Amino acid sequence: MKIKFMAIKETQNNTTSSRITRFLGSCLVLGVPALILFAFVFSPKDDTMEDAVRLLYIHVPVAIFSYIAFGITAIGSIFYLWKRSRWWDTTAHASAEIGVMFCALTLITGSIWGRPTWNTWWEWGDVRLVTTLVMFLMFIGYLALRQVPASPEVRAKRAAIVGIIGTINIPIVNRSVEWWENSTLHQQSSLTDGNLEDLTLFTWFLGTLIIGIAYLWLLIHRFRVGWLATEYEAQGYGVAIEERQAEARAHNTETSGHLEEGEVE
Amino acid sequence: MEFRDAWSIARKDLRIELRSRVLTNQIAPFTLLIVVLFGFALDADTQTLRDTGPGLFWVAVLLIALLAIQRAVQIEDADAARERTLLTPVSPSSVFLGKSIALFIQLVALEVLLFFVMLALFNLSVGNPLLICLSALVATIGVATSGTLYGVITAGVGVRETLLPILLLPVLAPIAIGATRAFGDAFDRVDADGWAWLGLLAVFAVVYTVLGMFAYGQLVEDT
Repeated sequence: MKIKFMAIKETQNNTTSSRITRFLGSCLVLGVPALILFAFVFSPKDDTMEDAVRLLYIHVPVAIFSYIAFGITAIGSIFYLWKRSRWWDTTAHASAEIGVMFCALTLITGSIWGRPTWNTWWEWGDVRLVTTLVMFLMFIGYLALRQVPASPEVRAKRAAIVGIIGTINIPIVNRSVEWWENSTLHQQSSLTDGNLEDLTLFTWFLGTLIIGIAYLWLLIHRFRVGWLATEYEAQGYGVAIEERQAEARAHNTETSGHLEEGEVE
Repeated sequence: MEFRDAWSIARKDLRIELRSRVLTNQIAPFTLLIVVLFGFALDADTQTLRDTGPGLFWVAVLLIALLAIQRAVQIEDADAARERTLLTPVSPSSVFLGKSIALFIQLVALEVLLFFVMLALFNLSVGNPLLICLSALVATIGVATSGTLYGVITAGVGVRETLLPILLLPVLAPIAIGATRAFGDAFDRVDADGWAWLGLLAVFAVVYTVLGMFAYGQLVEDT
């Protein structure tokens, strides 16, 4: 079932798309312009944040999905160590890569939002900011480790252990930063307050849905690229040897052809 | 007897260090150099140096720890020493403990040197010596165990020198924060509860000791 959902069909060697990714992609083609319209045109200004509130329709969903992505990496890492299956390793890798991208977007959009709202680009005393930054750096290290040449099994095992340790470390970092300054500029979730206007709430949900679809779409594509890359790595030597042998055969035929021509002359 | 095995491994590493003298001839002078650089960077202002002293101390410790960890991995590169250790009837968790103990002892020696140099050059006064000693020891256990674990992850990798810092330093963020706060309290520089921070450092040390004992065997097979 897993393979059916993620893997590429034999006949589709030149693409990583399938019916499900085309469907998700189409949702994004329609959804992203809709989100832009709702965020910038239809939804109202906030009383205190004014236009800066529009950034939150992206900032909050990418933050949520970066945490989900790292969670999936941790789950993938645990399952890899348990089952030793390439499927879980490739999932963990794909999810970490998207998580790092979303995490970078979270930090950048948060920083831009913070300037007009908190009057600062960065606040060292804020628990969530510093924890997210440390998490971002930890997973950059995870991706760097994955780039190191090694056999697929060794690389997967090392990465799985680093992925798990990184995730275990997040609550410790969070707690240490919380004690460090014991403050946060982040407001309490406005969702649970019930203070949001209908259109604001709708736009926020739309943003979460769109980012969720984007995560899934990217995950499936990245998984397939990762799967093909490992496949190529495994078969790479065999393919390269065959290619060189074919070249040599072609060269030999060519040379013997010349000789025969020479003999005739 | 697990601990006896671990101690044998630790003695082996320490003996190599004593004979090669890399710690005393290279890493210790580097420690002094860092203190001098901090002085230059902060404009020879003793008040600033006193205020930032606890943080500078732990930044310096993390930098020298990177060198010491690289060194601890490097001494086992030659003659396939890591693989040969696996062939002995010593369990991987004992090897992990042994290497962590050796690293811990080396780091503590360097910290003592760094501490007295900073005390003199930065004109620091100690308010709570017990808190200083305990927090330094517990934080160093955390650095040594996590360092040994990440050291073996990067063992046998061509880009070890550059990979180790980006993997390890973010993980050590709680140590950088916790130990700095505990030292800040002990030096009477900040209003913080140093003993609470000691608790956090202890949690970090326990988590990494347990993780390392479980994961080391898995990792060392592949180096």
